Amino acid sequence: MAQDTSPQQDAVTKNSWQKLKAFTDARVGLGRSGVSTPTQHLLAFQLAHAQAIDAVHTQLDAHQLAQQIMAQDWAPNCAPLFLHSRATDRATYLQRPDFGRRLDQASANRLDQHAQSVTTEYDLAIAVVDGLSSLAVEQNTLPFLAALFGYLSTENPLNQPAWSVAPICFVEQGRVAIGDDICERLNAKCVLVLIGERPGLSSPDSLGLYLTWGGKVGYTDAFRNCISNIRPAGLIYPEAARKAFYLLSEARTLKLSGVKLKDRSDDDLLEHDSQTTENFLIS
Amino acid sequence: MSPNRNTPQFRHILGERTFTFADLADLMAKATPARSGDRLAGVAAETAEQRAVAQMTLADVPLPLFLEQPLVPYEDDEVTRLIIDEHDKAAFAPISHLTVGGFRDWLLSDLASPEVLKSIRAGVTPEMAAAVSKIMRNQDLILVAKKCHVRTAFRNTIGLPGHLSTRLQPNHPTDDLTGIAASMLDGLLYANGDAVIGINPATDNVQQATRLIKMMDEVIQHYEIPTQSCVLTHVTNTIECVEQGAPVDLVFQSIGGTQATNDSFGFNLATLAEAQDAALSLKRGTVGNNVMYFETGQGSALSANANHGLDQQTCEVRAYAVARKFNPLLVNTVVGFIGPEYLYDGKEITRAGLEDHFCGKLLGLPMGCDVCYTNHAQADQNDMDNLLTLLGVAGCTFIMGIPGSDDIMLNYQTTSFHDALYARRVLGLKPAPEFDAWLAKMEIFKNNEQFTLNSQLPSAFQSSLQRLLGGR
Repeated sequence: MAQDTSPQQDAVTKNSWQKLKAFTDARVGLGRSGVSTPTQHLLAFQLAHAQAIDAVHTQLDAHQLAQQIMAQDWAPNCAPLFLHSRATDRATYLQRPDFGRRLDQASANRLDQHAQSVTTEYDLAIAVVDGLSSLAVEQNTLPFLAALFGYLSTENPLNQPAWSVAPICFVEQGRVAIGDDICERLNAKCVLVLIGERPGLSSPDSLGLYLTWGGKVGYTDAFRNCISNIRPAGLIYPEAARKAFYLLSEARTLKLSGVKLKDRSDDDLLEHDSQTTENFLIS
Repeated sequence: MSPNRNTPQFRHILGERTFTFADLADLMAKATPARSGDRLAGVAAETAEQRAVAQMTLADVPLPLFLEQPLVPYEDDEVTRLIIDEHDKAAFAPISHLTVGGFRDWLLSDLASPEVLKSIRAGVTPEMAAAVSKIMRNQDLILVAKKCHVRTAFRNTIGLPGHLSTRLQPNHPTDDLTGIAASMLDGLLYANGDAVIGINPATDNVQQATRLIKMMDEVIQHYEIPTQSCVLTHVTNTIECVEQGAPVDLVFQSIGGTQATNDSFGFNLATLAEAQDAALSLKRGTVGNNVMYFETGQGSALSANANHGLDQQTCEVRAYAVARKFNPLLVNTVVGFIGPEYLYDGKEITRAGLEDHFCGKLLGLPMGCDVCYTNHAQADQNDMDNLLTLLGVAGCTFIMGIPGSDDIMLNYQTTSFHDALYARRVLGLKPAPEFDAWLAKMEIFKNNEQFTLNSQLPSAFQSSLQRLLGGR
C-alpha cells in the first residue's frame, strides 16, 4: 500500500477539486489530515485571524493620516479637527456602542468653537472614523478622498456647483452615528462618514462610507446611505467615489438621504442575465 | 395582577441585609449569568453577590406566577398573547406545583424521561424555560437537552438521537453562481448539507432570491440529494417568490421575542402564517411538512430598542414561542454573530449557546446553533471547538458548515465542513439517515460507520468538474 510515497503525502489527502479556488475567495479544496484541516491551512487561517484582531485593536494614528491628507493639493484649505468619542478605550468601545456614537465634551466644545468662529456655510462635513479597523482607515482614506475631491471641486466632470467642505474631522473610538453629532455641531448640510468596517478574515482592510443628509443626534440607519467594502480587492476607489458622488448629488437635489434615496448608480449594469441559473454543477 | 411599582415584589434576607427586586423581569435579569448585553441594557446584576441572591430568590418562584404576570403586557404584545393563549394547562399539570428550583431538580431527575419531557412541552412557557436555565450549570443544560428529542422532516429526517445535521452555507459576496457552486460542491464532498443548503444573499431582493432558489433546486434534483434549499431573504420576499412560481422549499425569517422586535424586522405573526401556507401549498416535502427555517440570537431585541427592560436571554426564549407556532424544520441560534456588545467573549458565547439550545429543545424546537464569532469579539477557533463539542454532546440538531470556517460574505467565522466531521468522529454522530444513504450511494463516504471520506473524486461529480476546469 503506497510504500513509495512519503509519510507527508500519506497523512494529507489533497482534493482534486482544489482548482476551484480560482473561482472564489472561499476556502474550498483545503484537503484533509484524516478529516481535519491540514497544518498549512490551519496556520494560514490563524494568521488571517491575527491580522483581523490587530486591525480592531491597533490605534489609528490620526495625526499622521491627517498630515498625509493635508499635504495633497486637493485637500480643503483649513486645519483638520481631531475628535474623540465618549468611549475612553477599546474595551469600553466594544461593549458600549452608545458611547461611540457621541463626542466627548472636549471634542464637542472644539467643534462648537469652530462653528462660532466661521461664517462659511458648509455643504459637506467629512468624518474619518477609526471604527473597527484602523488598518482600513489608514490604507484607504487618502486614495478614496483623492478620487472623491475630483468630483467636489469646481472643475468636476459633471459641471455641478462646487461643494463647500468643512475641515476634515478625525475621530477616535467612533461609531457611524458620531457623524450626526459632528454634522449638527458644524451646521453642515450633510455628513460623509468614512469608517473602518468590522474586519473579515479575508478583508481586514474594508472601509465603509455612510451619507446622512442633515444629520442629527438620534438618527437611525434608516436615514443613512451606505457604500461598503471600499478597498483595493473590493470596491475600488474610482468606483466608490463615483457612487459616493452620485449619492451626494441626489441628496443635495432631494434634500434627504436613507431609504428614500435609492442608489441607482448601477441600474444600467444590472439588467443583463440576472435570471440565469447556469453553473458547472448542472449541464 | 401586576405588582405595585413602588414596593419591590421580591425580597431576600441574607444575614442582616435585605436584597430587593422590583418585579419578575428585574429578578430574571439580575439572576442571569453575566454578559455584556445586559450591562449595556442596564438590567444586569450590579454585583456577583446580587446575582447569586437573585438566583436563590428566583428558585423560590412558583411556575404558575409566570402565567399570572406576563413580562411584557398582554395588551401590548402579540408574542405575549401567543404564549398565554396557547398555553396547554393539561400538559402543565404535572409540573404546576413546582418552583423554578424544583423544576430544575425535576428536569435533572429520572422522572423526566424523554417521553415525559415531550408530554409537558406545551405546558412550558418561554419564561419558565428561561428562568430555570438561569439557575442551571452548563452540564445541567447539556444533560437535560440531550433528553429532549425533537424530530422534524421535509426531504429527510432531522433530529433523531445520535444524529447531527449540517447547514451547507455557500455564501458569496456577489452571489456569483460559480463561486456558490464551488462552495456547494466542496461541502457536499465533505458530507455536509443534510439540514439545508442555505444561502444568505448578498443582493436581497425577489429576483435574486428566485435565481438562487432555482439554482439550488436544479442541483438538488440533478444529483437527487435528499435535502432542502433555502434563501435567507425576508419572509415577504419569499412569499413573492412562491407567487411567481419559484421552487421554494423552506421559508426563512429572523425572529425576535417581542412584537416590537418583529415590527423592526418588518413582519408579524400573520405574515409568518401566510408564508407557511404558501410554502405548504407547494407540497415539495417528501417525508415531512416542516417548511419554516428561523434564526434567532440573544441581543436582537435590545438592538431594536424593543426589549421592554428584559434581559436578552429571556427575550431570546420568547422568540422560541414564535418559532414553535409554525412547526419549523430548523431553528438556528446565531450565537456569536451579533458582536461583543451583547456577548463579549468565548465564555459568554459558550454559555449563551448552551442556554439557547436547552431552552429551544425544552420547548420542542429542532434547535441548531451557528457556533460562531466575529473578529471584534474576544473569541477564537478554540472557543468554537469547545462549544461545538459541548453542543454535540447535548444532542444539538444541526450546525453550520462553511469552507474553512470563513464566511466571505458575512465576514464572520463559523464551523467548517471539517469541524462537522470532527464532531461526527469523536461523538459518533451520523447525518440524517436519508442523506447518509445518499452519501454512500454517491461514494462520498467510503465508510459511513467511521465517517471515512473517499480519497478519489466521486464519479458523479467528475464530469461537472471537467466542465468547469477543462484542461486546467
